[in-house]
Amino acid sequence: MDIRSQIAMVFHLDKCIGCHTCSIACKNIWTDRKGAEYMWWNNVETKPGTGYPSKWEDQDIYKGGWEKKGKTIRLKGAGKFKGLKNMFHNPNMPVLEDYYEPWTYQYEHLFEAEEGDDQPVARPVSLITGEPITPKAGPNWDDDLGGSQEYARKDVNARNLSAAEQEAMFQLERMSFHYLPRICNHCLNPACVAACPSGAIYKRGEDGIVLINQKKCRAWRMCVTACPYKKSYFNWNTGKSEKCLLCYPRVESGQAPACMHSCVGRIRYLGVLLYDADKIEAVASCAEHDLVEKHLDIYLDPNDPAVIKAARANGVADSTITSAQNSPVYKFVKKWGLALPLHPEFRTLPNLFYVPPLLPTMAFVENGSYETTSESFWGAIEKSRLPMKYLANLFSAGNEKTIETVLKKLMAVRLHRRNVTVGDLPEDEVNGPMNEVMMDKDTADAIFRLTSLPLFDDRFVIPAAHREEAMEMLESTADVKGNTGFGFKEPPKRGL
Amino acid sequence: MFNNFFFIGLPYAALTVLLVGSVFRYYRLGFKVSSLSSQFLEGRELFYGSRPFHWGVIFLFFGHATAFLIPRAVILWDRVPLRLIILEVTALGFAFSALFGLLMLIQRRFKNKRLWAVTTKMDVFVYIMLLTQIISGIWVAWFAHWGSAWFATSLTPYLRSLFTFTPDVAIMAQMPLSVQIHVVSAFVFIGMIPFTRFIHFLVYPFAYITRNYQVVIWNWDRKKIRTSGKLVNGVRSKNN
Ligand code: SF4
Ligand code: SF4
Repeated sequence: MDIRSQIAMVFHLDKCIGCHTCSIACKNIWTDRKGAEYMWWNNVETKPGTGYPSKWEDQDIYKGGWEKKGKTIRLKGAGKFKGLKNMFHNPNMPVLEDYYEPWTYQYEHLFEAEEGDDQPVARPVSLITGEPITPKAGPNWDDDLGGSQEYARKDVNARNLSAAEQEAMFQLERMSFHYLPRICNHCLNPACVAACPSGAIYKRGEDGIVLINQKKCRAWRMCVTACPYKKSYFNWNTGKSEKCLLCYPRVESGQAPACMHSCVGRIRYLGVLLYDADKIEAVASCAEHDLVEKHLDIYLDPNDPAVIKAARANGVADSTITSAQNSPVYKFVKKWGLALPLHPEFRTLPNLFYVPPLLPTMAFVENGSYETTSESFWGAIEKSRLPMKYLANLFSAGNEKTIETVLKKLMAVRLHRRNVTVGDLPEDEVNGPMNEVMMDKDTADAIFRLTSLPLFDDRFVIPAAHREEAMEMLESTADVKGNTGFGFKEPPKRGL
Repeated sequence: MFNNFFFIGLPYAALTVLLVGSVFRYYRLGFKVSSLSSQFLEGRELFYGSRPFHWGVIFLFFGHATAFLIPRAVILWDRVPLRLIILEVTALGFAFSALFGLLMLIQRRFKNKRLWAVTTKMDVFVYIMLLTQIISGIWVAWFAHWGSAWFATSLTPYLRSLFTFTPDVAIMAQMPLSVQIHVVSAFVFIGMIPFTRFIHFLVYPFAYITRNYQVVIWNWDRKKIRTSGKLVNGVRSKNN
């Protein structure tokens, strides 16, 4: 057993209002620079939709992630052989057109225009060439199903739905959507790290944050191809790749990452998960229908004395173990089984989990109008507006059972709470669903509390970074005891 | 006089600059060591430029290196005329491939407005350098054939003489103009490596071939904590 700790996240999709505040917080802090304008380390896309960059989930185009090869796995579009062979021209790399050409407006013109017959306007100009352009795409061009013929219908996740199912999904009266906020998953088996020929990308041992060493990156661009989530971006100006760094300077000082701190819907949770690093390869190479289950199995119970002992022996700090015990992520993912990884079939073992959206699946249409009577509104998940298969393609590698169980649990909590606050449902209409998912009232209340009424400190349980101890890897602090202050470390010996 | 400048002064200056400059740039300006790929801004035409150019140049580089390092083997190979012809034709093929790629790259860069945003003066210089080098090389191959044979007997001794600090200009002085240009421009090229994007070929990621796929770095690792230099009587001094 090789127990390590990982900072993991849960996004509760029912709570996301699609306001993009998270994206803006991130942009203002990290990517408001030349060459990074087009990067959205945090982006929010509308589903169904093609996402950002366009069709990122379609690995037939981008060849991201890992694929199963015999008993093990290999990188789909990168790796030692393919990577070094394709270095001079990488055939599967998304280019500017797959994102968008960043632009600004010529605001000065409004003030400086010569007097004339027409009102001066602020024309859009490219942030790359400075020339006037007509913007034709943007990071959330299809927000709220805008242009759904072009975007929602081309959603990769709807590809294996039957023609009838697809047709039904896109009927105007029935259409439903939800938001999908995405950041780097800080994966356990990161494809970006494995694909980087320079070894510039690494996973931090203590907290599992995946970072790119800007001094070692040589613009070989393999991470951009390899990351199946397209969360490694190439800075065209500096010639270096960049990615979400989970606001590690904030996390190290006990603050939540900016996107999470600013989240208006309070959908985001962050905490520690303990996992067994010895199992990574076996889990990442298992059969597709076992992926979710095996992936969730790799995380260990932080209250188990054996786990605590092994974690301590492995150098995991006590404060980190305590954080793991209080982790909201552990509750959502392991204890309650409500959160699932996005596209587990990419086999990177992502550490960002989603509570799938219940709302779009709830209401359904009968005889051309919404069925709003309580028994059917609260009723059959199987008859939902959004095909279960679609959600399964997103969150459980196509396994509809897994998604259904989660949604049923969410539904049971709602029924229970309605019973508590309104009390208008017959007893067996509440108890039936509760029993079906084997949930007791206390659990349902706990889920409700952490979902709807969590305080800041419930949502973010951030372990101390113990950077002070990091020093000890570079030198023995005993050797420099009695040293003077800042800036250099030299024994205080008198000069000759 | 000129000969001394071009064939003694220049080579030594270039090699010194290469050594000092690259080490300095790598360690002090690490952020600036990059291949500066522009595929992100234009990905389609790059294919027709970058691939033929790089594969061509790589073959030629190793060809020259072989003739310099193991001239005897090359001479032995060349004994059979057919083998000599095969070698010459292949080399010329790669030279044309490099030239074609380079021309594609140049036209791509000038045609494409977006690429202007990432083009520096040094990039223009790099193009001129490469054109001179490849064209003069093809000129040599065309008008002074069987280079693989005479390289080993004339240029190798000259280059050896440089490395043994007994520079022998006489050999170079007798060479045709084409060869002289090719050699001079090669040394200018070498000297400019630290100041241009050429630096990227010094950081080719060989280490990738043998390293583990996953890289994990610890800020704090119990097993790696240093022990005190002031160890007394085998007692391990603790850090805190
Ligand atoms: S999401 Fe992509 S960039 Fe982030 S760790 Fe995973 S593979 Fe790497
Ligand atoms: S800030 Fe929160 S609620 Fe708003 S879009 Fe981002 S994740 Fe959704």
